Amino acid sequence: MGLLSLAIWLPIAFGVVLLAFGRDAHADAVRKIAFVGALASFLVTIPLYTGFHLGTADMQFVENFSWIERFNVNYHIGLDGLSFWFVPLTAFITLIVVISAWEVITERVNQYMGAFLILSGLMIGVFAALDGMLFYVFFEATLIPMYLIIGIWGGPNRIYAAFKFFLYTLLGSLLTLIALIYLYSVSNGSFEILEWHKLPLSMGEQTALFFAFLAAFAVKVPMWPVHTWLPDVHVQAPTGGSAVLAAIMLKLGAYGFLRFSLPIAPDAAHAYASLMIGLSLVAVIYVGLVAMVQTDMKKLVAYSSVAHMGFVTLGFFLFNDLGVEGGLVQMIAHGFVSGAMFLSIGVLYDRVHSRDIAAYGGVVNTMPKFAALAVLFAMANCGLPGTAGFVGEWMVILGAVQANFWLGFGAATALIFGAAYTLWMVKRVYFGPMTNDHVRELSDIGLREFMMLGLLAVAVLAMGIDPKPFTDVMDASVTELLKHVAVSKLSLN
Amino acid sequence: MIDQLSWIAIYPEILLLVMACVIALWDLGVMSPRRGLTFALTLVTLVVVAGMEMLYATGELSIYGFNGLVVSDPLGNWLKCFAAIATAVTLVYARPYSADRGMLRGGELFTLSLFALLGMFVMISGNNFLIIYLGLELLTLSSYALVALRRDNGIATEAAIKYFVLGAMASGFLLYGMSMLYGATGSLDLGNVFKAVSTGQVNHQVLIFGLVFVVSGLGFKLGVVPFHLWVPDVYQGAPTSVTLMLAGAPKFAAFAIVIRLLVEGLLPLAIDWQQMLTVLSVGSLLIGSLGGVMQKNVKRMLAYSTISQMGFVLLGLIPGVVEGSTLPAANGYSSALFYVVTYVLTTLATFGVLLVLARDGFESEEISDLAGLNQRSPLYAGILSLCLFSLAGIPPLVGFYAKLSVLQALITTGVNGYLALAVYAVVMSLIGAFYYLRVVKVMYFDEPITASTVSAPKDVRVVLGVNALLLLVVGLFPGGLMALCAKAIVLTLGA
Repeated sequence: MGLLSLAIWLPIAFGVVLLAFGRDAHADAVRKIAFVGALASFLVTIPLYTGFHLGTADMQFVENFSWIERFNVNYHIGLDGLSFWFVPLTAFITLIVVISAWEVITERVNQYMGAFLILSGLMIGVFAALDGMLFYVFFEATLIPMYLIIGIWGGPNRIYAAFKFFLYTLLGSLLTLIALIYLYSVSNGSFEILEWHKLPLSMGEQTALFFAFLAAFAVKVPMWPVHTWLPDVHVQAPTGGSAVLAAIMLKLGAYGFLRFSLPIAPDAAHAYASLMIGLSLVAVIYVGLVAMVQTDMKKLVAYSSVAHMGFVTLGFFLFNDLGVEGGLVQMIAHGFVSGAMFLSIGVLYDRVHSRDIAAYGGVVNTMPKFAALAVLFAMANCGLPGTAGFVGEWMVILGAVQANFWLGFGAATALIFGAAYTLWMVKRVYFGPMTNDHVRELSDIGLREFMMLGLLAVAVLAMGIDPKPFTDVMDASVTELLKHVAVSKLSLN
Repeated sequence: MIDQLSWIAIYPEILLLVMACVIALWDLGVMSPRRGLTFALTLVTLVVVAGMEMLYATGELSIYGFNGLVVSDPLGNWLKCFAAIATAVTLVYARPYSADRGMLRGGELFTLSLFALLGMFVMISGNNFLIIYLGLELLTLSSYALVALRRDNGIATEAAIKYFVLGAMASGFLLYGMSMLYGATGSLDLGNVFKAVSTGQVNHQVLIFGLVFVVSGLGFKLGVVPFHLWVPDVYQGAPTSVTLMLAGAPKFAAFAIVIRLLVEGLLPLAIDWQQMLTVLSVGSLLIGSLGGVMQKNVKRMLAYSTISQMGFVLLGLIPGVVEGSTLPAANGYSSALFYVVTYVLTTLATFGVLLVLARDGFESEEISDLAGLNQRSPLYAGILSLCLFSLAGIPPLVGFYAKLSVLQALITTGVNGYLALAVYAVVMSLIGAFYYLRVVKVMYFDEPITASTVSAPKDVRVVLGVNALLLLVVGLFPGGLMALCAKAIVLTLGA
């Protein structure tokens, strides 16, 4: 078993072991095993980084076995610059989530931890899959643990949220399944994604495929106007669920654009680029405005996620280096930042049991250490230079200016909205006079919470100050992708 | 002149018949309330028969016996093997439930099940209209009696009457259709009918007239729309252990007669029956998906689920010969076979859990009875949710690959109409996913109404555990079973 397989299956194995624990009699042991599992799963991704060859767009850490012979489905996995960073990111966020749940989750601990570890392995599988069917299996399988996480440990309206999450995403991905089988059919029985990249397709076929993929990926990203599930789900999901959802699951959709939509249907992608850019701009501007009027902290961050992901899709459909790479960097950065934002809200929620902005005020007086970190994350969310949030957005804006000045102008304006709603929330929650007794009785974060937020803070700052390790990995693959997408498939016949 | 080979072809059936009689007599002397000895002997018989069929199947030979009255071919052998195993598993799950409800005061549950299985075997082996019909009658008569086994229970009796009346009508349809076909072709033998029809000399109108009745009869037996009305009532009314007996193994036999009659006998009329199946399957997917949404009773919900799953099976039978290539047809039939096998596997585990929960003198039939099951027993809640996710077609469970292979069979034909059918099926399965998820929701998200834990006898626990594990394992490695189904179809139909 290769290193990459280990990164996929190690957390799943730990998760299955945890599920076998049955009841809550051994909650402490369960937490420790979960921590060891998450840590080990994160550690195995480190040699992936050290062993990754820069400067090539080829797949690395490739493993290829026959899986379902009858349909020529292979267990074919590998990483390139597009997918690489999501693997450590997923393992890292899972580790943080396990730490964050330590004292907070007291019921059915083993199922909670198990679900997150299994989810982590499945998501890494999505990023690593090079076989269309394998991709789909991992992509869909992630729905089961997330559905249970939201439904069991979520807020009062959790059942509605769990169903909305499941059915919304299932509808999108079922159409993708049809697209995958169609590709299998026209490629003479191959599920190899890389083979599909070279497949000649007519404009009509490309358009149909593009929209079939769009159905799944746009819902997952989520793009305006199919974003409405996200705020509902985020508000009801437990803290860990929100963090994983925002940090990684949304990226599954955006990643899908790069792996499927653009290279398989390049002509359709070009033809509908203006549509995609339009939707993305609506997301960054309109949804940014919607975020401003939210009174619920989680909802605010959820809408801000939609806006930030709008930058990602905007970057992808600019078809230039800066745009695509900026979009990728933005995905990683958003992974750290949104995860941190949700965990910060979780810290407050655990103490006061309210997500209402109005229930807070002057938190900095009672929780100075926490407020310092939370404000840092908020700054990163606005895209302050020196934090992770800045790099990607800056690159996308530059890319947009390259393509069209007014496009860049529009995107840059959106940054102001981002700053506005985030800072306004910070002002109302953390600063000002202490409004009520709940806030007066708050105790500052302990070592566990400090560790969890501190690790994220280090990541946010490191990526903001020195983004080179991230972009270096992506460079070759992005160049190659753009070269591929620039060539029309219509002349291949 | 009956040759040696003819006898070899029906050895398993003979064994089954003899043992069914022996067990019926033996049972007279059994005094224990749980009928341990009868049960043991029945299981041994079933295992031996399944083993024999497996041996036959791996021999990959097609033997025609008694001048073509019966046939023993790999497809039939595998189906019989699966049917015997499914019956054995059903009986393991059914015994504690039935004993608690006074259904084991006599050994009829076991003997009737064996006769029902014998009926399935005859249906599967039949290569002649009358033989197939005889098998069908043996199966359905045993089933009517099984449904009415709790004769002091009003609902069960009502279900039995309903089943009997509608079933008898369906048999009538089928028989009438067969007689039309006989009239047109002058033969009851499937091979000869095939030859006669392919000559093109036969009166087409009479053939189609007969075909409509045959397809209607089959539709009744499969429980597809618009012949589905009995399914929810009978599923709900019958004792749960008997519901499983109806929902599990007989699906193999139903699949077999569909293949025998429509493909082996009437393939030259494929253009016509493909259209009929399309209508049946489109209707079943619609009614099965929408009808389940409002149900409060688990068994009723599962009945609608069966209707929509059977719609999917029919979808697999629709792709035919495209542009002179038989590949799409073979691909479609084997995907339908795979679908049936996985469907039965899932159904067994689903009802297995319901039967375990139904103990303590309460039925556990309403969906709300499952509330908070995860807190009472994470194991059984886990198994049941595996089943439901599998029925909903979520990977990596086995039900997903079944849907995948059927959709694949439709799409790879390259025919646009089939592509549209695939999209339709996918949308319907999304609606279906809702009601499966709702049960998962009740088990995991709701608070339990009783704190009692769940316990089951050891044999049930072991078999149920293996059954659930198979859902996952076949889901992770579906290649073997798919290859087996494909091979059985190719060897038998020579496509």
